[in-house]
Amino acid sequence: MNRIISPKMAQTIMKGVLWASGIITVLILIVIIGYILIKGLPVVSLNFLFSDPIDSGRAGGIFPMIISSLYVTLIAIVVATPLGVGAAVYLSEYAGENTIVKLIRFGAETLASIPSIVFGLFGLAFFVIYLGFGWSVLSGGLILALMVLPTILQVSEVSLEAVPKSYREGSLAIGATKWQTIYRVVLPAGIPGITTGVILGLARAISEAAAILFAVGASLSIPISIFDPARPLSLHLYILATEGISLDNAYGTAAVLVILVLIITVVTNTLVERYSRKMMGR
Amino acid sequence: MTKYEEFLIEKGLFITAILSIIVILLIIGFIFKEGLPAMESYGFLNFIFGMDWSPSDGQYGVFTMIIGSIGITLLSLLFAVPLSLLCAIFLAEIAPKTMKRILKPVIETLAGIPSVVYGFFGLIILVPFMRVQFGGTGFSMLTASLILTVMILPTIISISEDALKSVPHEYKEASLALGATHWQTIKNVLFPAAIPGIITAIILGMGRAVGETLAVIMVAGNVTQIPNSIFDPVRALTSNIALEMGYATGLHYNALFATGIILFIMIIILLVIANYFHYKKKVVIGGGYL
Amino acid sequence: MDYRIEVEDLNVYFNEAQILKDVSLKIHKNTVTSLIGPSGCGKSTFIRTLNRMNDLIDGFKHDGTVLLDRKDIYDPKVDVVDLRKKIGMVFQKPNPFPKSIFDNVAYGLRVHGINENNAIKEKVEESLKAAALWDEVKDKLDMSAMGLSGGQQQRLCIARTIAVNPEVILMDEPASALDPISTTKIEDLVHKLKNDYTIIIVTHNMQQATRVSKYTAFFLNGEIVESGLTERLFVDPQDKRTEDYITGRFG
Repeated sequence: MNRIISPKMAQTIMKGVLWASGIITVLILIVIIGYILIKGLPVVSLNFLFSDPIDSGRAGGIFPMIISSLYVTLIAIVVATPLGVGAAVYLSEYAGENTIVKLIRFGAETLASIPSIVFGLFGLAFFVIYLGFGWSVLSGGLILALMVLPTILQVSEVSLEAVPKSYREGSLAIGATKWQTIYRVVLPAGIPGITTGVILGLARAISEAAAILFAVGASLSIPISIFDPARPLSLHLYILATEGISLDNAYGTAAVLVILVLIITVVTNTLVERYSRKMMGR
Repeated sequence: MTKYEEFLIEKGLFITAILSIIVILLIIGFIFKEGLPAMESYGFLNFIFGMDWSPSDGQYGVFTMIIGSIGITLLSLLFAVPLSLLCAIFLAEIAPKTMKRILKPVIETLAGIPSVVYGFFGLIILVPFMRVQFGGTGFSMLTASLILTVMILPTIISISEDALKSVPHEYKEASLALGATHWQTIKNVLFPAAIPGIITAIILGMGRAVGETLAVIMVAGNVTQIPNSIFDPVRALTSNIALEMGYATGLHYNALFATGIILFIMIIILLVIANYFHYKKKVVIGGGYL
Repeated sequence: MDYRIEVEDLNVYFNEAQILKDVSLKIHKNTVTSLIGPSGCGKSTFIRTLNRMNDLIDGFKHDGTVLLDRKDIYDPKVDVVDLRKKIGMVFQKPNPFPKSIFDNVAYGLRVHGINENNAIKEKVEESLKAAALWDEVKDKLDMSAMGLSGGQQQRLCIARTIAVNPEVILMDEPASALDPISTTKIEDLVHKLKNDYTIIIVTHNMQQATRVSKYTAFFLNGEIVESGLTERLFVDPQDKRTEDYITGRFG
């Protein structure tokens, strides 16, 4: 019974340590976001958001970069959403537990873990060169589509599986076919969850830079056609910072990215909260 | 709706489902098609164990970068694992409701911040800080691993927390009913029972660290050398590709794809290890997901 | 009188819902007391109040007094951890830890600061013997407890509980998840243990109550309708509702 520290003492100490770890985590975020916003927000003005960059970004705004980000993200989401949701429907509604399903799940997991720079290499070899899309919004958007596909697939699958079995039985019992049941009953019930998956995919697409480094080019003008080169925000920040072009504009661009992330976090949280409240029947 | 249409829809959905596999096969195909020629012509062992990378002299050894990637990753795990496990325990067991309501979105936001922003923050704040504190340029293995630490925190925290919370409540009750303190219960019962999930969490965090590119480029210094200390600059495999792809041609171009092959193999090894533990990771809706 | 536990005017609430109403009960030393009543009558909540397991549940509130050896267990000065050392608990579903048989029994000892290997070994053997499990497991103490049958697991949980020398053992329907043979073994065990421990056992099986306990309390809708000597309560119930219940007219 001779202990240096009694169990109760250990309990008190560890409680302190655990609280400290939680608080440190919060502080890390506050320091990073706080610093970026304090330095960046003064730069962000309507003029900064809606004007063209001057002298490769040394002055002027980031309007073409905002358009580029929206453009590649839109392509990514438009391509990935039907594919991801389709795969999720197949996995949750049609497939049993067999080898091919396990393989598909492992595939999605692997796809989710492949480093973005490897996606970049693949995009360069496949979309840019092999398919001849060149440095373009299309090449970048398609790479991002592949990257966000597993996110949309996995989140959609979970939300479809959460749809109560009785919904399906109710529909099948009145003579609806399997697809009618899925299309009219299961999918609508899963929409909030699927939306969350799409928004998470959106967040990943907006943040990504390494994967599209060799696919979108670095054009400073607004992309019009899907074959135009572009420069999304995150890539712009990378170029501004590493080439030492303009610290002020880098802060501004970083602030815009951080604000986008904050908005997305708030929106997903609100959605998830509302969704789970509805599922709990309140 | 005819039977025929139903059949077509099912087949269509099946194709979307196997798309993940097709994409992976395509990725493997193209990376290997472009990368293998470099390994063949330079020699596979020379490529992996060669200490010298200077494309202008036709030298393509990536060993320094393999060491660089592994070094940065292990160092960041050294910082991130204790902090994130403590934080996960805090969230799962100790934190009162209000603290949870603060901490959860904080972790989601940490997961959502673009890696370029982390790199930028490192470049502007951490590099000068390290320069003043420890001398040198401030670009180093340590600097890179500190940035990575923050980046992998959310991955490890959210999966570990989930693992801790899925330990049956009965274990906790049994331990408390025997007069164990809450901490004894956590240390001796909950934590050991959550180990498979926690290992999965660490491995996935590791995967994220190995694969991270731009944030590392911006602070690691990118010198192709075996570091003597953690204050030396290093180059990661990912950085090598991103730094040089813009102007690479010929064998150099192939050698960068070959670097990609090494990276790909490292990730697959980690995934296989993670799968070995059979921990069914819940898809965490709202961030924290790899 | 020799009362170990005295409960007076106990009210328990979870959030807005009142689970127990003005419950008063005195528990005699070194006897077995059964708590019977239909599902949801509050008997489980009641025994979880006695070792303050309900503290773990959000929204738990109570008033009234619970005395253990004349001392209020809800006094702010009372250490919950010490209290639970004195009042052991066996749960409805066997809940051994995912550890070896030996480590399961040794757990409580180690947690309470006993590190000496021989002392632990001795105590583990003694507890397993007391729980009538020793002969079945003595050759496989390193085996995971999860590999035991349900009945063996429950006896292991009892061994684990008595290893830390409690004064009181609370049993929450300890045999409800077991087959008849295992149930008999648990009941025999309860008989044996009552010489050394004060035992409170929740059961919805009235035969079990008559077989194992000296005293019985009948719970209904969060109240104690009637309590007293088991024999008397079953043969000559004073309250109409008790009579209805024990003759199987409801519940």
